[in-house]
Amino acid sequence: MSRQRLLGLNGDEAAAYAIKQVNPDVVAAYPITPQTIIVERFSEYVADGLVDTEFIAVESEHSAMSCCIGAAAAGARAFTATAANGLALMWEMLYIAASLRLPIVMAVVNRAMSAPINIHNDHSDSMGARDSGWIQIYCENSQEVYDACIEAWRIGEHLDVQLPVMVCLDGFTLSHTMENVLTLSDEAVRDFIGERPYIKVEGHLGEAEFRLDPEKPLTMGPLDLYDFYFEHKMHQVEAMKEALKAVPEIDEEYAEISGREYRLLHPYMMEDAEVALIGLGSTMGTVRYVVDRMRKRGLKVGMVRMRVFRPFPTEELQKLLKDVEVVGVLDKAMSFGAPGGPLYEELRTIFYDVDENPLIVDYIYGLGGRDTPPHLIEEAYEGLLEVKRRGEAVEKLRFLGVRM
Amino acid sequence: MKEAKPGWRELPFGAVPYKSSLEYHTGDWGVERPEFDLEKCTRCTLCHFYCPEGAISFDAGHPEVDLRYCKGCGICANECPAGAIRMVRKG
Repeated sequence: MSRQRLLGLNGDEAAAYAIKQVNPDVVAAYPITPQTIIVERFSEYVADGLVDTEFIAVESEHSAMSCCIGAAAAGARAFTATAANGLALMWEMLYIAASLRLPIVMAVVNRAMSAPINIHNDHSDSMGARDSGWIQIYCENSQEVYDACIEAWRIGEHLDVQLPVMVCLDGFTLSHTMENVLTLSDEAVRDFIGERPYIKVEGHLGEAEFRLDPEKPLTMGPLDLYDFYFEHKMHQVEAMKEALKAVPEIDEEYAEISGREYRLLHPYMMEDAEVALIGLGSTMGTVRYVVDRMRKRGLKVGMVRMRVFRPFPTEELQKLLKDVEVVGVLDKAMSFGAPGGPLYEELRTIFYDVDENPLIVDYIYGLGGRDTPPHLIEEAYEGLLEVKRRGEAVEKLRFLGVRM
Repeated sequence: MKEAKPGWRELPFGAVPYKSSLEYHTGDWGVERPEFDLEKCTRCTLCHFYCPEGAISFDAGHPEVDLRYCKGCGICANECPAGAIRMVRKG
């Protein structure tokens, strides 16, 4: 393990610093709160000559993603960052990036979708993009943001995967909060990410590396109607399955150089837990604190932090939660008109066919950055314990911290 | 097209077409085709440059259309300054 340097960085700075060490070929971005610091810091690195990156100051997020797609198709490493409405403006390009199999990395600084306009954190932006074909990693703290912004390249560029990766970090809670971050040396990062590998494809003029090269021309993504489109979607289905295997491999390799062990799921006090909360992002740090507090009162509570939401770690979750009596899902996004939030729906789905399954309730929380202090988490646990006592969940969709 | 198409496992990755567009004979989409009046034609080659399919050539010294690719859009007839192109029904 190489020597590491401790820096005081907020989440945005941690992302920018990691990307500086990665030194990608192209960064195309448009500033939007709370992602702004990433773009500001990175353009300073460019101005100071600390990176070789071509920085493209685009006029919109649609163009930012389009530039990244063009660059990645030409074989470059491309990075961008956005939030909320900026992500929404990229919409059609998100799908194109994923279906053209371009391993772009994007930091999404999670922020509530307007209206009413709100710059604070929830997951309504990236949750809306969950079907776009991107891998999604949700970070709990700045350290994780830094580490994920390095690991993401290896995950997306893995030859069996070849998909774009979103590194999601909670707006303000992480993006603007300074924390201690252990950073690797530039050399260690360079050695870890190496050069971008290319898969070989059989183009119309024979075998070629999967990148646009005038010497070995390829056409990417032309008209593909009912006779081929479906088959190409199967490639994406398969790539996500492969990603589920690739992420733990790369996590293990990263642990060797950093000493920090990441997994698809991070359980805490789950061995004998009777009730558990599951969720994504920075709130799970608060949940861990509440678990400790409630454990001191002798209550058998546990939690699972989901680090990787796409691909969805179905089997791992089934194994982890099957013996729990009641599971509460923390959803920081609402799917209006649906039975509940996105994580809740998928979690219930994977337990439909399992004999031993927990009772599952949904807690929609923190919308628009609504504070979620320990007493609210405790309230959620009390609710789960109440469901356990009754043996049934009468009210399945609950709203935590909203004024009634 | 009645050809056997490859399954998803055989297809190249990243929506890269597995064969050249030269092998897609899209001319059968069209209803009309251009007919050239070689008496009026000044050999200006504008029809060659305007054709979106690259289906008109002057290899023979005068315009010829490759009906395997001509979709019958009529742009050539519209652009011909000499009025030497008339669209007629295919077949």
